[in-house]
Amino acid sequence: MNLTLKIWRQKDANSKGQMTDYQISDVSDHMSFLEMMDVLNEQIINKGEEPVAFDHDCREGICGMCSMYINGEAHGPDRGVTTCQLHMRMFKDGDTITIEPWKAAAFPVIKDLVVDRSAFDRIQHAGGYISVNTSGNTQDANSIPIAKQAADTAMDAATCIGCGACVATCKNSSAMLFVGAKVSQYALLPQGQVEAADRVRNMVAQMDLEGFGNCTNTGACEVECPKGISLDNIARMNRELMKASI
Amino acid sequence: MALDSKVPQGPLKDKWTDYKNHINLVNPANKRHIDVIVVGTGLAGGSASATLAELGYNVKAFAYQDSPRRAHSIAAQGGINAAKNYQGDGDSTYRLFYDTVKGGDYRSREANVYRLAEVSANIIDQCVAQGVPFARDYGGLLDNRSFGGVLVSRTFYAKGQTGQQLLLGAYSAMNRQIARGKIEMFNRHEMLDVVIVDGKARGIIARNLVTGEIERHSAHAVVIASGGYGNVYFLSTNAMGSNVTAGWKVHKKGAYFANPCYTQIHPTCIPRSGDYQSKLTLMSESLRNDGRIWVPKHLKDVEAIKAGTLKPTQLKEEDRDYYLERRYPAFGNLVPRDVASRAAKERCDAGYGVNATGEAVYLDFAASFVRYGKEQAKIQGITNPSEAKIKELGQEIVRAKYGNLFQMYEKIVDENPYETPMMIYPAVHYTMGGVWVDYNLMTTIPGCYAIGEANFSDHGANRLGASALMQGLADGYFVLPYTIGDYLADDIRTGKIPTDTPEFEAAEKEVKERIDFFINNKGTHSVDYYHKKLGKIMWEECGMSRNAAGLKQAIEDISALRKDFWQNVIVPGTDTEYNEQLAKAGRVADFLELGELFAKDALVREESAGGHFREEHQTEDGEAKRMKEFQFVSAWEYKGEPKDAVLHKEALEYENIEVKERSYK
Repeated sequence: MNLTLKIWRQKDANSKGQMTDYQISDVSDHMSFLEMMDVLNEQIINKGEEPVAFDHDCREGICGMCSMYINGEAHGPDRGVTTCQLHMRMFKDGDTITIEPWKAAAFPVIKDLVVDRSAFDRIQHAGGYISVNTSGNTQDANSIPIAKQAADTAMDAATCIGCGACVATCKNSSAMLFVGAKVSQYALLPQGQVEAADRVRNMVAQMDLEGFGNCTNTGACEVECPKGISLDNIARMNRELMKASI
Repeated sequence: MALDSKVPQGPLKDKWTDYKNHINLVNPANKRHIDVIVVGTGLAGGSASATLAELGYNVKAFAYQDSPRRAHSIAAQGGINAAKNYQGDGDSTYRLFYDTVKGGDYRSREANVYRLAEVSANIIDQCVAQGVPFARDYGGLLDNRSFGGVLVSRTFYAKGQTGQQLLLGAYSAMNRQIARGKIEMFNRHEMLDVVIVDGKARGIIARNLVTGEIERHSAHAVVIASGGYGNVYFLSTNAMGSNVTAGWKVHKKGAYFANPCYTQIHPTCIPRSGDYQSKLTLMSESLRNDGRIWVPKHLKDVEAIKAGTLKPTQLKEEDRDYYLERRYPAFGNLVPRDVASRAAKERCDAGYGVNATGEAVYLDFAASFVRYGKEQAKIQGITNPSEAKIKELGQEIVRAKYGNLFQMYEKIVDENPYETPMMIYPAVHYTMGGVWVDYNLMTTIPGCYAIGEANFSDHGANRLGASALMQGLADGYFVLPYTIGDYLADDIRTGKIPTDTPEFEAAEKEVKERIDFFINNKGTHSVDYYHKKLGKIMWEECGMSRNAAGLKQAIEDISALRKDFWQNVIVPGTDTEYNEQLAKAGRVADFLELGELFAKDALVREESAGGHFREEHQTEDGEAKRMKEFQFVSAWEYKGEPKDAVLHKEALEYENIEVKERSYK
């Protein structure tokens, strides 16, 4: 298929960006979206110009590095996938595809489609852990049985890949799905109870400090999340925060 | 320099305990004055960074990704081994040790592997304490599954995302130390050289990948935890950015590089689809617990399937060749990876491959749908369930176990694996070779350590499934924190290492000159043009089977390609901005040197062992044929061009295990 691509180009954080048009031909259905971008970049390099910068690494939907806003949707039109897992069979010959970076005040653009998501790391520094040193003397892993349902629900929350699609898609640029997922993972497990109150308070405080917005229950984040992280996690975070403040 | 593995004396089972009892320790007040650099934040680097910081050292950690959480350990799917024997099925430290040495085709170091097995149980305890949500059964206890090459169930897992959960555990431990200021984290930074002062590793030169700035960082020790070099093949299951640069730079400064030819070609990956392909995707080995691998028995059926006139599901049981079950009745579909990969290649080379390229075999779950379905029907008290009901119930169980993998397959291939068998083919996945280290995990450069996939020591010529996660975390959480202390005990009076010295000056100059070259060369071919060409040579001549003529050709071709690269490569943009092509040019330049050493190592090793299969050395029924005279580690010393590398041999002695024909029949 032949496509027109409208891509956000921005030299660096301090420059103004603009949309630039590119034509690409002979795109195969079986290509992934990023492979299509590779082909485009190869074309651009061979013309002696600068290729489009974008984040990507594992290309199998787990590292959370890739982050494109495609036709107005985080990770594009497919559901339950990251940009690297999106395939060109989702598009048809003659389509015009708009490609932008994540747009949020807390995620400043580094270059083209690459954004700075270090705010997510700083939220994790504020409390995204259980305080246990490496020793080799912790108790046996089977000494505390954990109900399968609790373990499974904790796992579902822990599946978050930290890509930031939730923030990019939210009209308030809220990071509550991301923070809620981490708070929930620990809140559901016995190991997480000791520090539960401090954790949720500190993580939420850091989230606010980073300039993320609040949740107004639109639910777009859950729809666009490539890992299907449930809105329940936001509710659980709010409950935890409430518990921590009384 | 003579190779000294520094394996402690004494009985195997007491070595590590005795060693820990007698090493030098650094007191907590002194640790505050000692800096350690860790390059890479995967399972090995992340766990080492966190633990060293907890102990009190000042850690500087480096990752090329935008967060330590994105290191490629995140992509490991199936599980992590540990000798817990929770299933009561006869597992023990010795058995894990034995399986690993046998699985590695008797080419790993006995003492290192035993230590690995010894600390394996601690890893599970530690991770559970961190809140890693491993899979549990209905009684609330930890669940296990089985992996290739073993006869017990010792693999712990978190859905098909075990690597992700373990890495997030290590990342959380790092975060706690970053918050306390004990780890200084350098994201989007790449190490471009190691700095040696008075014969010791005392720092690195790193490039800030956002600003292009070249930085000097000093420390009392440098730990390389930068993973494997599978991307030398261009197409592999590694992340796009995975590279050998850190390991190769220390090699060029004096660290020996061991067994580069030992590469793991993983049997269950999604087959390639076209020239534009940028990477290959693994389907976890755990699928072989429930999936059966087959090709049609008759070539006429292969043709019909390729022509689209016959569906695989229509083929009768007696017309299918479950070739692993046929050839290896004892281990069946759960033979080790090297054996399974070669068997797939054998069938496809004989013309039985089932897709358009002829490079695919089936991985079929139909039998397990029925098996689980009947069991569920019984549990749920459904009498006389219909076939459809059984299938539905069985699929539910399979979905719960491998749902994310099935979804991944469907998204890539556009076929529903619940309705038609998956198609798979081997792909490059892991490199057992790496920087040579002694028992302390120290390279031949004093003060420079290598851990995790970046070193060579534990997996011999073939790694068993679910053992990479075990080794990465064993090295980082439980081994290095002891061994590095023994070395750093001599540094309590050294004080801060200055960076305004001639050694840092010289290393930085070399790095800058190379970057200047790339930016100013204005050649005709992109970096990927060369990377793809290199990958093709590696796959064709140094892939699943190798022979002398092909390897000699590869050495010549890679050398010529490298020359071409240094004349005609083009890198757009400047060196003072985010420039992925520039970063990649440096990585491919190093792959072009490593590739040649790889072929040379494979040529010298006149035997077949594990993942290294020399066509000249096979048994009558096509199995790998080991040679007693090659029972050694090949450790290569850098002398300029790869062709000039000098071979040093570390003899491998097996005192606690009988070296036998490795059979899975």
